[in-house]
Amino acid sequence: MELTRRDVIAALTAAGISVGAGAMSIELTDFGGSSGKSASNTVSPVTNQGSTATEGLSEAVIDLLDAVAAVIYPSTVENRREFVARYTQARTANRPAYREGMVDAAVELDAVARDWYDTPYAAVSSSTADTLLDNLGVDTADPIDDGTISEQIRFYLIDDLLYALYTTPTGGSLVGIENPIGHPGGIKSYQRPGINTDSNQQSNE
Amino acid sequence: MNSPAATSAISNSDSDDNAQDRTPSEQADVCIVGAGPAGALIAYRLANQDLDVVILEAGPEFSDADRLTQQEQHIRPGMSDPWKMGGQRDAYTTAGRGYPLNAARVKGVGGSTLHWQGMVMRLHERDFEMKSRYDVGVDWPIDYTDLRPYYAAAESALGVAGAMDNPYAPPRETSHPLPAFPPSHSDSLFAPACETLGIDMHSVPNARNSERYDGRAACQGYGTCKPVCPSGAKYTAESHIQKARSAGAHIIDQAPVQRLVHGDTGEAVKKAVYMTPDGTEYHQSAQRFVLACGGVENARLLLLSQSDQHPDGLANTSGAVGRFFTDHLFAGVGGQLDEPTRQNHVGFNTSECHQFYDDTSPVEGIKLEFLNYAGPSPVNKALTADTWGDELLEQLQASYGNHIAVGGLVEQLPHASNRITLNHSETDTHGNPVPHVEWSIDERTSRAIRRANNIQRRILETLGASIEWTVGPDSTGPAYHQMGTTRMGTNPNQSVVNADCRTHELSNLWVVGSSVFPTGGAMNPTLTIAALSLRAADAIFDTL
Repeated sequence: MELTRRDVIAALTAAGISVGAGAMSIELTDFGGSSGKSASNTVSPVTNQGSTATEGLSEAVIDLLDAVAAVIYPSTVENRREFVARYTQARTANRPAYREGMVDAAVELDAVARDWYDTPYAAVSSSTADTLLDNLGVDTADPIDDGTISEQIRFYLIDDLLYALYTTPTGGSLVGIENPIGHPGGIKSYQRPGINTDSNQQSNE
Repeated sequence: MNSPAATSAISNSDSDDNAQDRTPSEQADVCIVGAGPAGALIAYRLANQDLDVVILEAGPEFSDADRLTQQEQHIRPGMSDPWKMGGQRDAYTTAGRGYPLNAARVKGVGGSTLHWQGMVMRLHERDFEMKSRYDVGVDWPIDYTDLRPYYAAAESALGVAGAMDNPYAPPRETSHPLPAFPPSHSDSLFAPACETLGIDMHSVPNARNSERYDGRAACQGYGTCKPVCPSGAKYTAESHIQKARSAGAHIIDQAPVQRLVHGDTGEAVKKAVYMTPDGTEYHQSAQRFVLACGGVENARLLLLSQSDQHPDGLANTSGAVGRFFTDHLFAGVGGQLDEPTRQNHVGFNTSECHQFYDDTSPVEGIKLEFLNYAGPSPVNKALTADTWGDELLEQLQASYGNHIAVGGLVEQLPHASNRITLNHSETDTHGNPVPHVEWSIDERTSRAIRRANNIQRRILETLGASIEWTVGPDSTGPAYHQMGTTRMGTNPNQSVVNADCRTHELSNLWVVGSSVFPTGGAMNPTLTIAALSLRAADAIFDTL
């Protein structure tokens, strides 16, 4: 199932971001591409950016977030990297505290990967990336923004990306609902007997 | 109890607590305590007639701009309560069955309409005459015909979407201001089973815009009506607070009233004593005072205002202040069908049934609701799962799609032993004793819940559903409709306020909201709160 420009907008809407104005505007016209990894084991370490950073999330952070998404998103999802990059950049713009929390969690996860596997998290295999999260206990950790490393990873990385996916029409449709909660999909879908693929991507119908 | 603290990462754009002018008005015709639907409607009606109105609200004024952030706070685990209830400000204790008070109310401009679902039915005629008809509870001092024009006015004020398709509803002269929301696919699945059983389905009146109304948007289907509607389609009392403000009313938020102070004779209130976030105590004088701060705080404030002349609390010679605390009980049966049921697209219901409401065995009212949100939402399920990737998707696909349920509300008759008192062993932020909520249900209420369950089970069995859960007498909970604690009546020895919601004992003090309901029926109370408030506003105006 292909994540589209509309899905990015839907995910941002659910996260309270108005797309298209000022610093929150995002380039969506060239949306498309593969879901494969772009990172290699030579990628730069994920580093703290500081709360005053205005340039957005670094490429290294985006690489890591995409690697996390590769683990937690269904394998049938396409255009994953573009979705993750554009969503997280816009989601954290003008939210320095949240961006700092997300980066801090990414730094911690990357550091663990380098400690355990001598490889950046974004460059380990998918199975290793999955196992690493499991071994950290992230699968059963409570999402706590100022909690343990595992709890912060759950809050800022896992839950944020799952929230983004499953509040979109595409993410919902994977499960059978084109208008999941958090998405303003109008008041027609609840009346229909099944998913209407023609209006599947329509927002505010 | 929840912590009111916002997370450091996701926070709302709170205004500076100390930046606003929270000093009292020099001259006020009317001082209203509480900015929920009762207070807001009265404030607007009186301010619109050129009266000087001041509203003192204990909670904050939330910004419209934060509703999507609050929606995320609601959906995602680990985030704060979007309405910031809890902590020492809202401390309480409870006994008996126990009552989850801070899940059941919101302090803020808009009151509990900020988090309500928005179902707005009129009480039936029999609800006003339970003693005369069935020798239970008490009669109201007014009947349906007294309230009927105010119900219509309330429906216009709130913007009710409804249809005249309910053969069991009390008589009405006009249609609803907005067309009803169309039935859901899920409703269409119920229809043949209900027809087989001779059970009538009809539309739900919703205080939710089915089309644009009164400057507010039409429903956009976010699906999180309760507790947050980001589109503004769901009515909240913020609407009438804004209208009141435009008409000249002075709204002071984060100004919890500590007590009312009466004059030397004890026959009239002189001032409301309130605190502001910087710790300053202010006194607001007025000619008239209106308590509109909910079924628990109305009673608590009267009790906190005890004096030498009123040693048991203001307006409490009857001893009824705080007593007869009632709520509606949820009853439900749910399961799964072998076909898609299309749940959780919207957060409101479109079909219900009043057919059993006026039955006499038992006399407790039963209202059935055909749910549009049975079973878990995939979003919530994903965020609480302990797996991810393809395995998570398989779990979500298995858990979503076929759930179906019939819910409903059951009436609880008033009992003096269910009550609000002051717990002097615990104090709130300002050192006042916290409310103590004693609440239980009796055997006859349990019997009515079982009857509701039997009807619900028959419907699902006829539908061919596999029944997986029942919310019956043991697992039931309150519907968060706090009623009865300052009951209305004609006898000052048995009630707190008269038919106009004016206290029997203090000539310039009114109490409004569901706390004045002598009995509560089984209908969601807010439309009746609104109608009574509009009626009380007329009565207040007539005295000025």
